[in-house]
Amino acid sequence: MQRIGVFVCHCGSNIAAAVDVKQVAETLKNEPNVVFAADYPYMCSENGQQLIRNAIKENQLTGVVVCSCSPRMHEATFRKTAEESGLNPYMVEIANIREQCSWIHKDRMTATAKAVVLGRAAIAKVRLNAPLTAGESPVVKRALVIGGGIAGIQTALDIAEAGYPVDIVEKKPTIGGKMAQLDKTFPTLDCAACILTPKMVEAAQHENITLYTYSEIEEVKGYVGNFRVKIRKKARYVHEDLCSGCGVCTQKCPSRKGGNEFNLSLDKRGAIYIPFAQAIPNVPVIDTEQCLKFKTGKCGLCQMNCAAKAIDFSQQDEIVEQEYGAIVAATGFNPISLDKFGEFGYQTYPDVVTSLEFERILNAAGPTKGHLERPSDGKPPKTLVFVQCVGSRDTSGRGKEYCSKICCMYTAKHAMLVREKYPDTEVYVFYIDVRTPGKNFDEFYRRAVEQYGVHYIKGMVGKVYDDGAGHLMVRASDLLANEQLTISADMVILAAATEPDKTARSLATMLTASMDTNDFFTEAHPKLRPVESPTAGVFLSGFCQGPKDIPETVSQAGAAAVKVIGLLSKNKLKSNPCVARSDSLVCSGCSNCEKVCPFGAITYTEAEVNDGTGKEIRRIAVVNEAVCHGCGACTVACPSGAMDLKGFSSNQIFAEVDAICR
Amino acid sequence: MTERDYCEEALLLSGVHPEKCMKCGKCSGACPSYDEMEYHPHQFVDMIAKGQIKKLMESESLYHCLSCFVCVERCPRNVMPANLVEAVRTLRERSIGNDRLKPDDVAALLDEETPGQLLMAAFRKYSK
Repeated sequence: MQRIGVFVCHCGSNIAAAVDVKQVAETLKNEPNVVFAADYPYMCSENGQQLIRNAIKENQLTGVVVCSCSPRMHEATFRKTAEESGLNPYMVEIANIREQCSWIHKDRMTATAKAVVLGRAAIAKVRLNAPLTAGESPVVKRALVIGGGIAGIQTALDIAEAGYPVDIVEKKPTIGGKMAQLDKTFPTLDCAACILTPKMVEAAQHENITLYTYSEIEEVKGYVGNFRVKIRKKARYVHEDLCSGCGVCTQKCPSRKGGNEFNLSLDKRGAIYIPFAQAIPNVPVIDTEQCLKFKTGKCGLCQMNCAAKAIDFSQQDEIVEQEYGAIVAATGFNPISLDKFGEFGYQTYPDVVTSLEFERILNAAGPTKGHLERPSDGKPPKTLVFVQCVGSRDTSGRGKEYCSKICCMYTAKHAMLVREKYPDTEVYVFYIDVRTPGKNFDEFYRRAVEQYGVHYIKGMVGKVYDDGAGHLMVRASDLLANEQLTISADMVILAAATEPDKTARSLATMLTASMDTNDFFTEAHPKLRPVESPTAGVFLSGFCQGPKDIPETVSQAGAAAVKVIGLLSKNKLKSNPCVARSDSLVCSGCSNCEKVCPFGAITYTEAEVNDGTGKEIRRIAVVNEAVCHGCGACTVACPSGAMDLKGFSSNQIFAEVDAICR
Repeated sequence: MTERDYCEEALLLSGVHPEKCMKCGKCSGACPSYDEMEYHPHQFVDMIAKGQIKKLMESESLYHCLSCFVCVERCPRNVMPANLVEAVRTLRERSIGNDRLKPDDVAALLDEETPGQLLMAAFRKYSK
C-alpha cells in the first residue's frame, strides 16, 4: 500500500497568483493513498526541501508528488531531496502547475481546478511507480572534434592541454578553415595568418592531438561515453609519412587549369597542390578530376620528380575506426550562393565580388599579392561600393532570414583598409542597419567613418548594371536624403549571407543531434547550455551553432572543451533507468521496434522462452539499456504490447489519463 | 471615411503588412520611376503605416508608378510596395468619383506606337 505525500509550491506569486495553492493541497489530500499534503512558498528552497525530507520520515512516505514548475527545472532537485531521506528518487513525480497552468490561465477558478487535475494525474502515476536504479557505463577517454577551423583547433588544443587525446577530422586537405583565408581581423587589425598559424602548428605538434585531414566522418554509432566512429581518410595519392613538403611536384605539374579553392578560384592551381604556404599538413593532394595521369594515363611528372618517392597513384581511401567518449561539432560556415540575386550582377560582371573574395584580393598571399586590382583588367579601382545584407535578413525565400552578424564589422574593416592603403579612392557602404555590438566594435566602425572618410549611406542597392560603355553603375536609395543615387563604380563588393556548411545536416543525422530550420545545430538550452547539443555527449563549437565572429568562436570553443573535459574526467556515467524493456513472453520477434528505434538500441536474439506450456527457442527483441534514450517510440510501434518503458509504462500513462478524465 | 479608415482599406485591398518592412530602401533603390515620383515606394509603406494616406492620395506620384513590380521582386521582406501604390490609386479613383481617363480623351492619346492593350489596362487602372 503506497503512502503518498503531496507538496504544493507557490513559487512566490508565479503559481500562487493564479492558483489557490491551499485549496489544491486540501483537495489532493483526499485522493486515495495520500497521507500528507502541504503547501510552501518556495518548495525548491532549503526550507522547502527540509519540509519534504521531514514529511517522508514522519509519515513513512513511499511516494512523493511535487506540484511546482516544469520537471525540466527541478525534477532532479526533488529526486535528490527524496533520496536523502532514503526514498528511491524515481518515486518522485512532478505535476507542472506553473508553465502548464498558472502562467497560461488568468481565471483563478479555472487555474485552481486544472492544478488539482494535474496533481491528481501525478498521484495516479506515482501509485504505480516502482523503484528504479540507474545503471553505469564506462567512458572512453578520447574526444573527436569534427572540423579543423579556428573553432575545432581551439577546442582540440584545450582538451589536449587537459591531458586527453583528441582527434581532429577535417574534410579539406589542410586545417585552418575560413580564418586562414582572411587578411586582417577586426577590431584590432592583426593579420589572421599571424595569429592562426601558430595555433595550427601547435595542434599538429601536440602529443595529444591526431589530425585526420582530407577525411570525413563515415559512420557514428554508440552513445555518450562510448561513441564508435568510422573516419574515411580520402586518398591524397601522396604518402603523408614519406612526403617532405618540398613542393617540387606542385611546380612540375603541367595541368594548371584548376580553380584555386583557397583563393576562391580567382587564380589557378596545378592538379597536385598544397592549398597554401602554411598548410598543415604540408603535404600535397592530387585533384583526380584535373590530373592528366588520372584522366589519360599519361604524365606522372610529379612522381618522377619526387625525391621522397611519396606519390602513389594507386592509393586507396582508408577507413579508420576509433572510439570516443565525446564528440564536438565544429563544422563552420560558407557564404551563400548568389545565384538568386541577379540584380547585383555577381554572375555577370567580374568586378562584382563577394567579401571573402575581396579578403583574398587584399591578402599578400592572394592572387594579386595584396595589391588592390580589379579582376576584369587588373587596374586599381578608384570607386568601391560595398553592399551589406546581401541575402541576410531576407524572408523572401532568396536568402536567409537571420542576420549573419559578421558582415558589418568586416565591411568596416575592408573599407578602412582600402582607404588606409589607397587614399585616392572613394569608398561607399550601403547599409540597412550598422550592427556593431562588441568590445571596441562600434568605435572601430566610427573610425572608418570619422578618420578614414568612408561614405556610409543608409539605403540599399537596387541594381548593378553596365552603362553600355563598360562602366559598372550602382543604383541605390539614400533614405536619409530621400534620394535615388547612381554611382559609377570600379568594383562592387557584396557582403553575402552566411550559411552552415552543407555537410552539417548529414553529420547531425549521424550524431542524432538536432538542428534548426536554418541547419544550425541546436543547443540544449539557448541561455544555460549553449555549447551542448541536446544529444548527450555531443558538443558544439563555433559557427555551426549560429553566426559568430572569431572572438566569440574562440570563447565558445573553450567552453565546449571544458564540457568535454568534464565528461572525460568521469570514470563511469550514470545512465537513465527509464528505458524500454521487452517482455520475452509476449514478444513475437516482428522487428517493428527495431525499425523505429532512432538510436539503434534494439537487437534480436534467439532465446529460450518458457511460457508455461514448455520451453521453446524464439526470436525476441533485446534492448541495450546503455544505448536506449527512453523515447518510447518502440512501445507505440509494438503490435503485441511486449515493449514497455520503465517509469513511463502504459499502465501509468493510462492511469494518468483516467485521473484527468475522472 | 477618416484618414485611418482609408489606410485600413488600402492595406485590406493590397494585402500588404507594412510592419514587415525593415526600412532598407531597396524598393526605392530599384525603382525606375524614382525621380518622377514625389513620394517613393518606401514612403508609401512608411506613411500608410503611420496613417498618413491623404498626401499620397493627392499626389501625382500615383500615376508615375509603372507597376513594373521591381520593388516587389527585390524586397527582402515580401512587403509588396507596388501593390500598396495600386491600392492607393484605386482608393483615389473611387473617392474622387471621376474617371482619370475619359473615353473622349483617348483619341488625342492615340498614336501608332501605343498598343491597344495599354489603353485597356489604363481604363481598368484609371477608371472607377
